[in-house]
Amino acid sequence: MSIEVRQINKRFGDFVALDDINLDIQTGELLALLGPSGCGKTTLLRIIAGLETPDRGSILFHGEDATDTHVRERQVGFVFQHYALFRHMTVFENVAFGLRVRPKHTRPTDAAIKQKVHTLLELVQLDWLADRYPAQLSGGQRQRIALARALAVEPRVLLLDEPFGALDTKVRKELRRWLRRLHDEMHITSVFVTHDQEEALEVADRVVVMNKGRIEQTGTPEQVYDQPATPFVYQFLGDVNLFHSRVHEGWAEVGGTRFAAPEAGDKAVIYVRPHEIDIQRIATDKALAGVITHVRLLGATVRLEVNVAAGDPVEVELTRERYTEGRWSVGEAVWLSPREARVYAG
Amino acid sequence: MAIKQHSVLPGFGLSLGYTLLYLSLIVLLPLSALVIKVTHMEWAAFWHAVTEPRVLASYRVTFGASLIAATLNLVFGLLLAWVLVRYPFPGKRLVDALVDLPFALPTAVAGIALATLYAPNGSIGRWLDPLGIKVAFTPLGIVFALTFITLPFVVRTVQPVLQDLETELEEAAASLGATRWQVFQRVILPTLLPALLTGFALAFARAIGEYGSVIFIAGNMPFVSEITPLMIISKLEQYDYLGATAIALVMLAVSFVMLLVINGLQWWSAKRLGRRK
Amino acid sequence: MAGTQNAPRSIVTTESPLVRWLLTAIALLFVALFLVIPLVSVFAEAFKQGWQLYLAALIEPDALAAIKLTLLTALVAVPLNLVFGVAAAWAIAKFDFKGKSFLITLIDLPFSVSPVVAGLIYVLLFGAQGWWGPWLAEHDIKIIFAVPGIVLATVFVTFPFVARELIPLMEAQGSEEEQAALVLGASGWQTFWRVTLPNIKWGLLYGVILANARAMGEFGAVSVVSGHIRGMTNTIPLHVEILYNEYNFVAAFACASMLALLALVTLAAKSYVEWAAARQAAEDRRQAVE
Repeated sequence: MSIEVRQINKRFGDFVALDDINLDIQTGELLALLGPSGCGKTTLLRIIAGLETPDRGSILFHGEDATDTHVRERQVGFVFQHYALFRHMTVFENVAFGLRVRPKHTRPTDAAIKQKVHTLLELVQLDWLADRYPAQLSGGQRQRIALARALAVEPRVLLLDEPFGALDTKVRKELRRWLRRLHDEMHITSVFVTHDQEEALEVADRVVVMNKGRIEQTGTPEQVYDQPATPFVYQFLGDVNLFHSRVHEGWAEVGGTRFAAPEAGDKAVIYVRPHEIDIQRIATDKALAGVITHVRLLGATVRLEVNVAAGDPVEVELTRERYTEGRWSVGEAVWLSPREARVYAG
Repeated sequence: MAIKQHSVLPGFGLSLGYTLLYLSLIVLLPLSALVIKVTHMEWAAFWHAVTEPRVLASYRVTFGASLIAATLNLVFGLLLAWVLVRYPFPGKRLVDALVDLPFALPTAVAGIALATLYAPNGSIGRWLDPLGIKVAFTPLGIVFALTFITLPFVVRTVQPVLQDLETELEEAAASLGATRWQVFQRVILPTLLPALLTGFALAFARAIGEYGSVIFIAGNMPFVSEITPLMIISKLEQYDYLGATAIALVMLAVSFVMLLVINGLQWWSAKRLGRRK
Repeated sequence: MAGTQNAPRSIVTTESPLVRWLLTAIALLFVALFLVIPLVSVFAEAFKQGWQLYLAALIEPDALAAIKLTLLTALVAVPLNLVFGVAAAWAIAKFDFKGKSFLITLIDLPFSVSPVVAGLIYVLLFGAQGWWGPWLAEHDIKIIFAVPGIVLATVFVTFPFVARELIPLMEAQGSEEEQAALVLGASGWQTFWRVTLPNIKWGLLYGVILANARAMGEFGAVSVVSGHIRGMTNTIPLHVEILYNEYNFVAAFACASMLALLALVTLAAKSYVEWAAARQAAEDRRQAVE
């Protein structure tokens, strides 16, 4: 089912949580709402679910206005950040809840409920936990039970609020691959909220980057990473070095290398990712002179911190091989030149 | 998201409406009846009713005895909380449960038990009598009854704070060269202070209104051992409704002030402990 | 606030054995003097002249009438305040609105009002000299010096018990589970009965136990509105007073011992509920941490 978000506004007191949000979510896609905390992503998700009412604007489910539909009737599956499992019910009863509270004439029989619940528990590979209570489960297990519970009511859309936020790194990685596979099997329209760019890029079909109640960019993971629309997106999706430059005849310059500058203004900020910088020992007038002050080994890559004459220290990322070949060490004088960069008006 | 919003939950109108209606019918309307009744009185009559010598004496007895009882409990309540939290001893769970006895035991029962124990021929009174100590039918008896009634307050406010007190604080103080007494005085006591004062204020507020446990042991001699709630009762028995109401208004005002003080102390206490109230 | 099992403390953060022993002894002496001896003396006095007199005092018609009235009063007052407490806690804990802390203060108000004043305010409303006294007299409705007055006064003094247990509990639990239930299609009542109520049951029970103890044992407020009519408007505490003032000590303490027993049962039930609630809270915490 497709979802259309039309000119949604929401304030909490003086705080503008959402400022004129427009968004189309296509049937069957897995969409990530990505942004720092306080950017409004959770509020948007809750408005789609019907847990929050917008001040203005409308939500369309499959072309029909659902703005005033009560959360009960929206047929959405919602997975809460802290799962919100009913602590006094077993896993089985938690998953069965949505079926048991249906009005008599649409309620499945006990046998049908039992079968459905077990099918779902098998789907999330936790059939053997049916009689446990939530308190007896691990975080990852709770997460999967919360998902099974949300799926039990056969939702038209699945909404997940920071689904992996409360888990440790290893479980998180396993679960997000599992979620991706599950989505590929079921093809249910899904939206999840996250502040972790790696998670969004890895799992989602499309990523919506939000900041301060506005959408900064919408696109596939490749698009938002390779062609960031705004400086915010560029910074949010990975580490970055900033260089300030004056614009001369349409060109901005970093250590002698020139980049095309936007037309507006005579100042520019040049964004360069650490792995897009070349480092060498031979002085050229086209490079930025500096001194290595720190070397940090980060597994497969190595980060060098280089002090330059003007501005903040520059971070340079090398592969392990290049680092070993070059035998870089602290205190050495080096010259830097960016291979690629994006230039925004400063 | 830090902003709390539960607008989707149903029943706000119903539950708040019922709450306000019930609160108004049971509490606010009757209390305002008291205030309105007093406004029908002339100022001079009101002033006379609340300042006649016997009533003034009853204030002295009530506030004096309440103050002493609350202070006794401040000291012993802290001691009891301390022992319950920090020292192991057999029967600790039982003692801990027993501390709430004054909340659970009807005041009249406590009253007759204390009166019988401390009467000159009672189980305890007969040992005190030869020493010239008279408890029953004297202001001292009132203090004893009020001490019993308000015993749990300080214990129950101090206990949780003491339980949450980090050992590290004390270890840090000790490592800086403080003696055990200095640690208690300079580290532990200041942390407990808001809770202690809250407990004291709760005990005091309860004591000034107390009736059931006191009247049996007090002897109720005019100017000596009559408490203010008793003055209201005796005015009522003489059908002096206005007099009773006037004194009741004074007590109500004191209750309000105590309520404000206690709220303030709890706010302070929460702030001190860095908790959100 | 159940008893705590404390971990052994290091030598630095505890006192010398002598001081510990001394402080414990003083504390226990204080408990013995002010709590244990009065409690024991109630039973000792009650049985002073044997079983027969004890039993006779309890099955005497006036005593039975007092027991009945006490039970009736608690049976009306406690459920009324239970419903109120749940409604108030739902409104206060699950929603944000202006004047919330003022409302909480008002709910706590009956705790700080002297029981005698609590009785008096109903006399001023419904008594012969009161606001509605003449109208009530005309229609031959008796509230003061009758059962309704006793029930009203009891409702007043037990007013905050359930609410003040539930409000902090429900605030701490938040409303995510309720939201989850709604998303899954549950109606408001279904959400309340199946999700909220099971989560607050221990707090609810705790409030009810305390409210019941107070309802059955209230003396001051009830004394003002009762009129002390034997066999008619005497609750057990009032009956105890009358017997005591008639120097019928054995009977007075026999009836008092029933109330003391109620107090002990209350304490036991309270300890059990505290234990159960602490266990549930510990599990909830574990769930939250993991």
